[in-house]
Amino acid sequence: MMDAAILASVLATVIAAATPLLFAALGELVTEKSGVLNLGVEGMMLVGAVTAFAIAVVTGNLHVGVLGGALAGALMALLFGVLTLTLMANQVACGLALTIFGIGLSALLGDSFVGIPLDGLPELDIAGLTDIPMLGTVLFSHDLLVYLGIAMVPLTALFLTRTRWGLVLRAVGENHEAAHGLGYSVIPIRYAAVAFGGAMAGIGGAYLSVAYTPMWVEEMTAGRGWIALALVVFAAWRPWRLLLGAYLFGGVSILQLYAQGGALFDVPSQVLAMLPYLATIVVLTVLSSRGVRALLAAPACLGKPFHAA
Amino acid sequence: MSVAAAAPPRLKLRGITKRFPGTLANDAVDLVVRPGEIHALLGENGAGKSTLVKIVYGLLAADAGEIRWDGKPVSIQSPNAARALGIAMVFQHFSLFDALTVAENVALGLPGSRSVEALAPVIREVGDAYGLALDPERPVHTLSVGERQRIEVVRALLQEPRLLVMDEPTSVLTPQEVERLFETLRRLRDAGVSILYISHKLDEIRELCDRATILRRGRVVATADPRAETAATLGALMVGGTIGGAAHHAGPASAAVRLEARALTLPAMSPTGTGLTGVSFAVRAGEILGIAGVAGNGQGELLAALGGEVATQPADALLLDGVPIGALDVRRRRALGLAYVPEERVGHGSVGELPLTDNVLLSGLRARVMGALGMLDRGATRRYAAEVVARFQVATTGIQAIARSLSGGNLQKFLIGRELMQGPKVLVCGQPTWGVDAGAAAAVHQALFDLANQGAALVIVSQDLDELFLLADRIAVLNRGRLSAPRPAGELDAEAVGLLMGGVHGETHDVAA
Amino acid sequence: MWRLEQRSAPSVPMQVATPFIALAASVIAGGVLFTALGHPPLPALYAFFIGPVTTSYGLAELAVKATPLILCAIGLAIGFRAGVWNIGAEGQLTLGAVCGGGLAAMVFYDASGVWLLPLMLLAGAAAGLLWAAIPAFLRTRFGVNEILVSLMLTYVALLALSALVHGPWRDPTGFNFPESRFFPPDATMPLILAGTRLHLGFPLALLVALIAWYALARTILGFQLDVAGLAPRAARFAGFHPERTVWLVFLVSGALAGLAGVIEVTGPVGGQLVPVISPGYGFTAIIVAFLGRLHPVGIVLAALVVALSYLGGENAQITEGLPQAVTGVFQGFLLFFLLAADVLVRFRLRRVAHA
Repeated sequence: MMDAAILASVLATVIAAATPLLFAALGELVTEKSGVLNLGVEGMMLVGAVTAFAIAVVTGNLHVGVLGGALAGALMALLFGVLTLTLMANQVACGLALTIFGIGLSALLGDSFVGIPLDGLPELDIAGLTDIPMLGTVLFSHDLLVYLGIAMVPLTALFLTRTRWGLVLRAVGENHEAAHGLGYSVIPIRYAAVAFGGAMAGIGGAYLSVAYTPMWVEEMTAGRGWIALALVVFAAWRPWRLLLGAYLFGGVSILQLYAQGGALFDVPSQVLAMLPYLATIVVLTVLSSRGVRALLAAPACLGKPFHAA
Repeated sequence: MSVAAAAPPRLKLRGITKRFPGTLANDAVDLVVRPGEIHALLGENGAGKSTLVKIVYGLLAADAGEIRWDGKPVSIQSPNAARALGIAMVFQHFSLFDALTVAENVALGLPGSRSVEALAPVIREVGDAYGLALDPERPVHTLSVGERQRIEVVRALLQEPRLLVMDEPTSVLTPQEVERLFETLRRLRDAGVSILYISHKLDEIRELCDRATILRRGRVVATADPRAETAATLGALMVGGTIGGAAHHAGPASAAVRLEARALTLPAMSPTGTGLTGVSFAVRAGEILGIAGVAGNGQGELLAALGGEVATQPADALLLDGVPIGALDVRRRRALGLAYVPEERVGHGSVGELPLTDNVLLSGLRARVMGALGMLDRGATRRYAAEVVARFQVATTGIQAIARSLSGGNLQKFLIGRELMQGPKVLVCGQPTWGVDAGAAAAVHQALFDLANQGAALVIVSQDLDELFLLADRIAVLNRGRLSAPRPAGELDAEAVGLLMGGVHGETHDVAA
Repeated sequence: MWRLEQRSAPSVPMQVATPFIALAASVIAGGVLFTALGHPPLPALYAFFIGPVTTSYGLAELAVKATPLILCAIGLAIGFRAGVWNIGAEGQLTLGAVCGGGLAAMVFYDASGVWLLPLMLLAGAAAGLLWAAIPAFLRTRFGVNEILVSLMLTYVALLALSALVHGPWRDPTGFNFPESRFFPPDATMPLILAGTRLHLGFPLALLVALIAWYALARTILGFQLDVAGLAPRAARFAGFHPERTVWLVFLVSGALAGLAGVIEVTGPVGGQLVPVISPGYGFTAIIVAFLGRLHPVGIVLAALVVALSYLGGENAQITEGLPQAVTGVFQGFLLFFLLAADVLVRFRLRRVAHA
């Protein structure tokens, strides 16, 4: 049995592990709500991660690095936008291309940054709260990005359901012909949503390289971009369920780490490392079996190109 | 230029011209709509009506011509500009968002920043004033077609329009719903609103409209007082000459039953579909059974079940010449002589991006176009396509043309011809002349009569009551997945069918969650 | 002002021209990239695109690298035509290598006979097929998105290979390196050109391409896949069962990727299992499939071009000191430019007077 202090620090690491997933998945959720399926999350995260790391090393300022990561992610997303929104190329193919390109580009950009040490983003010391036993460790021992990620959940939910722009964005994703007929500019709105998704993926990647494991390693996202895509389906396009899903997957990956470290099970570490991927498949299967409901939750125009005649 | 003695016309179009690649959609169109009149814009499919109103609503820019609003020249660059002038539009294919609520849908159609919450009482208010009851909180996908149109109308009314444009608003309504809509429109007219009413239904226009402008091939051919005209004279103006009616077929002899459904039951095929419950009918050789009903009442499921795209339990729920076919797939049913023409021509009946020579393969797999072992006989597919094109007078640039490039009418002739060439014993056909010009429609109807005269049994599923009364020997109505008992067409009138169509649909329509 | 206008039919000349446009644009973008990295563009471009194929050894290497790309891309292309997105070829390739190679490393390590290699090829193809059957089953039975499942399974397969060569399959006499035993001589790909690494796998891949071309162009199969991809409802109307199409696509593409995996370990990898057996051939095959226009003949040509990008990356690293990651960036360029240029197939650019 683990004692309470260990449990608290485990829970804290779960929250940290969920953060990159949360950023990337929230961004993708907004992108998909506008009717665009961007499968390039993994590529955008990687480019965000390497950019943030490089800028942080060069400028010595971690926050500027994170901003750079967001910007890099958004630029990658805009590249995807030009292909799919302006040139109307297939969204699935372009998303795959974005990931392949992102893997290559991040490896190239990061070539001279491999092995450089970096002091990660500091934990915020919140007066009084951090010292609360247990709770302080679990909830109040984190860096700025963790809190920002959590804050983005209600902000995204409020934006989508309570603001006019959120309503228009959902309308565009639901029926782009009708939205166009009512005078809304489908393509600019989708560009904005795609760029937001890219910036969020970039921050998710930046969190990995400047906070979670402050260093640069090729393909350090290890499939988190793809898990983020699965999370959006898991959440049925709802921000609050996304938070739940991110913690669930953060939990699985931490379980695997502790199992390896503590040799809880007598199995090779690689087998434990399979857990997040297998869990994704199981969760997707369970969700998809409920078929009809999932169909209604997905934006009706998801993945369909729009061309104003 | 003479200005009318009283007020200037609310909308005046002069010389509006719009060219699309390959067609001149509007050719120097002039149109005048006065304050407080219901003005009909009449024309066949493809005459240029929709293009013209899209220009008025700012969705398209005219290549040439002038728009005057209250006597002053205006440039309408976008729907927002149109709304700012006081123009509201109810679209032919509803511009609604299924997953959103009624109030959200209304909010999206209004300018400015009125919050969704604040709109709810306003929607109820307008609904009460015009008899358009709506629950603002309901998601649109749970509503009937008639209720959906009410949202469009309410949305338009909340803009307090001075010109209301309605594009073919009645094509999906029951006769009773049409009557209710007309009452609303008359009240609006009496309040001084101008209405531009687009339709190709002659009787409706004679009943409702004060004046009519008739378009043919992009040009104005006449302006008339519809109440002074007969349906025949209006129709002649619309199509340019009298429509040659198809030779009516003899009707069924006391022949054997070819296709029979016995309590056919099927779950809904999509979240927004409607399942079938205990559908029963029998069609004899030489007989045409018409199936009426408002869209979304199980038509898609019925066509799929009869055509064989879904299997039905038990196998003998469906019999072809006495043989149970419920468990057989499309290809086995085709081999037994059941031909099927789906509702949607591009994407279902044909692949839009593939040439006609490939499209014959879709249903002709077993019929003389395939070699052994799945090898394709390209010569045979070409000959087959050429024969369909020749026999059914399909206008196309050649058999290598892709299906999407054909006009609706010509593609329909091709798709029906593709089935008829196989000499079917039973033909199941959805919406045979939806969106088809009058000439092609007459040709399609003639082909269907000929097939019936040769002893085939036909099931025609259509929302167009006029068409069903023209074609069918007996008519049944599909409502919420149940089929009424077929009755001889001669014993029915539109009113009676309309009541059946509206049967359960109406105010108290509720949907199983 | 220029505007895109939909063509009445897709342009056939453009379908042929766009891969070449994309290639040319990628070469130019490559030159810009090299310049940005501080290398004079012309020598770097020479080192990347010409240098590797100036010797017969280099040409043979081109064919060696193209072999797994052809096999994987043909399978993927069959699926992409039908709108079925198997992107887990890397995992299916890996599992093919594990099962085919495992047979030689763990079961028949001191056996000999002409039966051994064919048996391994079969085992590898079967393993790839079974691995691909998982996404096919989940998609047809539960409607699970096949993109995510096939991709997740790739990570699982790569970890499985790693676990095996680090653990139970490690060579007992191999100084604790994470490598399996060497396969017996009869379990390696016969070389077909002296002085090079060109092996029997290349003609085998060409044969697969030929068979695929015949099946797609001359039988109902190709038509069936195209209809399923372009208009799923029309496929239903024609009586092509969508589930069967998904199964067919996954089984064929999985088997081909698995075959590519065994060929790699019995050929260029050197006759043993190592932790990494593919530099991402299964992913790069996605680019090859699109660049080849989902057409078997095009795929063979595209595989040679993309194989050149691998050789070019290695060569440019040696002679110009460029990072090897340039290869991935160039491959990304290729696919981007192709997808961008594809707009010209469906649309034409037309000058319009501003209204």
